[in-house]
Amino acid sequence: MSGGYHIVVCGGIVPDPLQTLEPAVGPTGPALRNEMMLPAVLDPWAGHALFEAANLAKSQPGSKVWWVSMGPKAKLQQLMMSMGQKVPFELVALDGSASGFTESAEVAAALAEAISSIPDLDQSRLLLIGGWESASRGAGSTLQIVGERLGIVDQFQGVDEVSVQEDGSLKLLERVEGGKHQISVCTAPPIVVGWATGKLPEPPNNPQIGMMNMRTVMPALQRAKAVQVGTGSLNFVSVRLPEQRRSTRIVKDATVEEIAQEIVEWIKD
Amino acid sequence: MEKILLLAFTETDGTLGKPGLEVLSAALKIREGLAGAELVVGLVGAKVGPAAGQIVGCSPSRILGVEGEHFSQSRYGTDAAAAEAICKAAEATIILAAGTARANRVLSGVAHRLQGNADTHVCGVDVADGALKVTRWYYRQRMQAVLQRSSRPWVIICDPSSFAPWTGSSRDDAFEAVAVPVPDSMRTTVTGTQAPASGAQTIRPDTEVLFVAGAGWTKSQADGKVKVNEAEPLILGFLDLTKASLGGSKSMVDLAGEGQQVLSFMTHLNQIGQTGATPRHPKGLATCCHGEEPHAVGWRFINERRAINKDPNCGWAQGKADVLYVEDAFAVMARVNELLKESK
Repeated sequence: MSGGYHIVVCGGIVPDPLQTLEPAVGPTGPALRNEMMLPAVLDPWAGHALFEAANLAKSQPGSKVWWVSMGPKAKLQQLMMSMGQKVPFELVALDGSASGFTESAEVAAALAEAISSIPDLDQSRLLLIGGWESASRGAGSTLQIVGERLGIVDQFQGVDEVSVQEDGSLKLLERVEGGKHQISVCTAPPIVVGWATGKLPEPPNNPQIGMMNMRTVMPALQRAKAVQVGTGSLNFVSVRLPEQRRSTRIVKDATVEEIAQEIVEWIKD
Repeated sequence: MEKILLLAFTETDGTLGKPGLEVLSAALKIREGLAGAELVVGLVGAKVGPAAGQIVGCSPSRILGVEGEHFSQSRYGTDAAAAEAICKAAEATIILAAGTARANRVLSGVAHRLQGNADTHVCGVDVADGALKVTRWYYRQRMQAVLQRSSRPWVIICDPSSFAPWTGSSRDDAFEAVAVPVPDSMRTTVTGTQAPASGAQTIRPDTEVLFVAGAGWTKSQADGKVKVNEAEPLILGFLDLTKASLGGSKSMVDLAGEGQQVLSFMTHLNQIGQTGATPRHPKGLATCCHGEEPHAVGWRFINERRAINKDPNCGWAQGKADVLYVEDAFAVMARVNELLKESK
């Protein structure tokens, strides 16, 4: 595309997936026990979106990536220490809750307002990108609503590939049922892309990128607007851990033949 | 009085697929539980007549339809416009839909247009004391919440396989056509679908058995050798004989991205667990899988679970599987395949 794309990546933070999570009652609704103490990571699918966005920007001269992220300011700062060295971006930070129990529509409203406030953002060149679902709420709603609020009606979810065609149109592969991809072609931006896994590995840390990003990251964190997001019209009747424990029968001394027989009978039952 | 709308996208032949019939069961349960509630069915697709006839036995008060070539494509612009028009025509307060890729892509956006709210990945509905409650998971299937909403319209998108599909009588029936303005030129065109590059169709959402392959298949075996070449025909043979669906642990699919020797047909689309799918199947057989929670959430929604693993204390199986066979998966699966072939 002539002049490149304006790529806005929406990506939040989630508790490190290896941590034990327990629900607790917070002042405004459900929360995670010791939420502020849990180490945070970039939401995995948002991470793929960020890496794919940076890769696309690199291949399209004149493109620029903004990363819009909402979370407690201290946690965002912690995250930037690692992610800030991966790919070039300009941070737009919002100081607010990263809880999965908040209402996605309220989060979307805050993100849309922040995106609309980005100086010099050209909507005709806009690729609005994020993970197709978060690892917290896991609803797949937020990005859609941000797109609606910005008036973007060409939206794609569960995307594993975006390629720019010779005529400037965008070809997208979206996950659909049966392990297949739906192929769509969109003539031009603006579009919304909810990324699934994509194809790129996590880039290695690059100190030069880190130094370049830090020039804008620290001021962005300092001026991060405080945002109140709650549970909206949601009433949580209960939040509980699943009953996971099953009584496992351990078969140690059976022969391969006996085990195979049992499995086949079970499958055919 | 609640007005319930079942909103569904029809299949290419104009019928309602299994996910739509499952959500119809949920809609009927809600209609039964909420005094005075009314059920309207809204259908979108290239043609919707067959679906209208298919569900008429559930006695909806109205059947609304948007049909035409524009709506044959699973595309945000036209799907959102059609869904919005039907919701408004039905004056729905509760909107239920199956969480297919097509519906998931648009219905949260439609909820915003309707000035309502959406809850996705709902896996249970219940009505108690005249109030509707829905169940969904948070933090990637690690905690379960029961929710109510005070505002309307409320869009409820249900995960496939969460309810038994509705069965009932069908007959030819008409529907009320709802007009939807479509721009002269749509910017997005759906050009088709494509299967994974590996060529092997290994993901089958509607099948009885999920076969989970862990990274152990690609590791050194007892004789110190990596036997990926032996693992591939064993796994593909089992999938072929049983028509099972294939899932892979995160470590397994990540190996593929790191360029290590891996199963050629395993892609990120097969990944189950924290950052993958959590499929619903009646039975699951996990092989060579290791790891504690959260890795084990990939088979959260598998009813009967069995595992083959050399470690009797592995967290993937202990307390999570019904049966754990402590044995070499290569040997067991080779014999399982032979027995399956013999019984054909």
